[in-house]
Amino acid sequence: MTCEEAEVLLHALIDGELDAGHSREVETHVAGCARCAARLAAYRDLQQALAGGRLRHAAPASLRTSIERTLPKPAARASRRAVLKGFFAGGALSAAAAASIAFIVLRQDRDGYILGEAISAHLRSLQAEHLTDVVSSDRHTVKPWFNGKLELAPPVIDLTAQGFTLIGGRLDYIDGKPVAAIVYRRRVHVINLFVGQDLGAALPTRRLETVQGFNILRWREQGMNLLAVSDLGREELEEFGDKFDAAARAERAG
Amino acid sequence: MTAHGAIVADGRMAFDRDDDDKARRFRAAALPYLDDVYTLARYLLRNAADAEDAAQECYLRAFRHFDTFRGGPIKPWLLAILRNVCRVEYARRNALAGVQSESLDAAEQCAEGLWADAEATPEREILRRFDGETVQRLIAQLPEQFRETLVLREINELSYREIAEVLAVPVGTVMSRLARARALLRDAWMAEEKGTHA
Repeated sequence: MTCEEAEVLLHALIDGELDAGHSREVETHVAGCARCAARLAAYRDLQQALAGGRLRHAAPASLRTSIERTLPKPAARASRRAVLKGFFAGGALSAAAAASIAFIVLRQDRDGYILGEAISAHLRSLQAEHLTDVVSSDRHTVKPWFNGKLELAPPVIDLTAQGFTLIGGRLDYIDGKPVAAIVYRRRVHVINLFVGQDLGAALPTRRLETVQGFNILRWREQGMNLLAVSDLGREELEEFGDKFDAAARAERAG
Repeated sequence: MTAHGAIVADGRMAFDRDDDDKARRFRAAALPYLDDVYTLARYLLRNAADAEDAAQECYLRAFRHFDTFRGGPIKPWLLAILRNVCRVEYARRNALAGVQSESLDAAEQCAEGLWADAEATPEREILRRFDGETVQRLIAQLPEQFRETLVLREINELSYREIAEVLAVPVGTVMSRLARARALLRDAWMAEEKGTHA
């Protein structure tokens, strides 16, 4: 490999874009070429100096609001009824069409929307560096923090010993209503556990779904909906559900 | 008449329903990348107020054309729209100022034979010495095509393939522009260092 080739390829190397074979070739060249080795080291340093997010600009809240305003508003309950009323009155639609409208109105509409909202809230929490309002691994600090902020008392359970570290809590919004977000971490993965009332379908049992690349585990307990959203694998999120459930039951019993 | 009216009414409602669903999907998919869109706009337009306008216009267009989005990562798709919005703004500015777009030749020339050996101070320290604002200013001074490539890579964290898609150029062009961009930035960085100690 010539220095000229190496000069371009060493960028691909530090960007992790080279396949194993080419990476080795560049590394071999650099090992025997002081000039290219100096460049590689310098560009690595440059890249590190640019990393870390300090060069990003956060969008002003006013911009977010004005973009939100230009999008069609989620329909209110009344208009949902209007759709049903409309097709009953028309009577021209086939049973299949009626069923599909019911499907849209009842499932997509509410459930899919809630899942989408939960994922958005999860993403927001990771991107805006606003993961927690109250930072504590002590559930006796996190739980009272929600007092007066919500009309329910979310179960805050420390699962650190079970491999899921409690890192804090946050007030968030799903479907325009305040919910508790209890934040756990497993290795580098964050789990947002949203707790609220009337969040989607009343499920008879726990359900695991994958939406937009995220896993969502949801269940109901004590009249509350719980949604755990994470990029953790399915098995580990199920494990989280099991551990949470066991600890919650133990707490109620004890 | 009545039946016809009902069907029309239904049609309109079904359309509203679709639109509503589309808005929800769009919100969930696109809004989390607002900071990325706004950041690129800031670097391309170098002005906060224009960047806000461009980001707003970008989301408006993206929503209008959301039906044509074919899935996959949405970030490059949004950034490509943003870039087109910014190019319109460039053209407007240039028309106002009565000038041609930034001269690329000068940039190409100054990127040649650019490498200067580091001085006694280890580069690592020099690079860490500047605060975010200084680095942002140095990046803002890069010629347009190198600036956008560098920002898409280092700040928006796109892959080469995604950058190629946003800029509508081959991956090879992305690689050579990125090499130039980094050489130029390093040079500017060293010059700044000399300046602050002069």
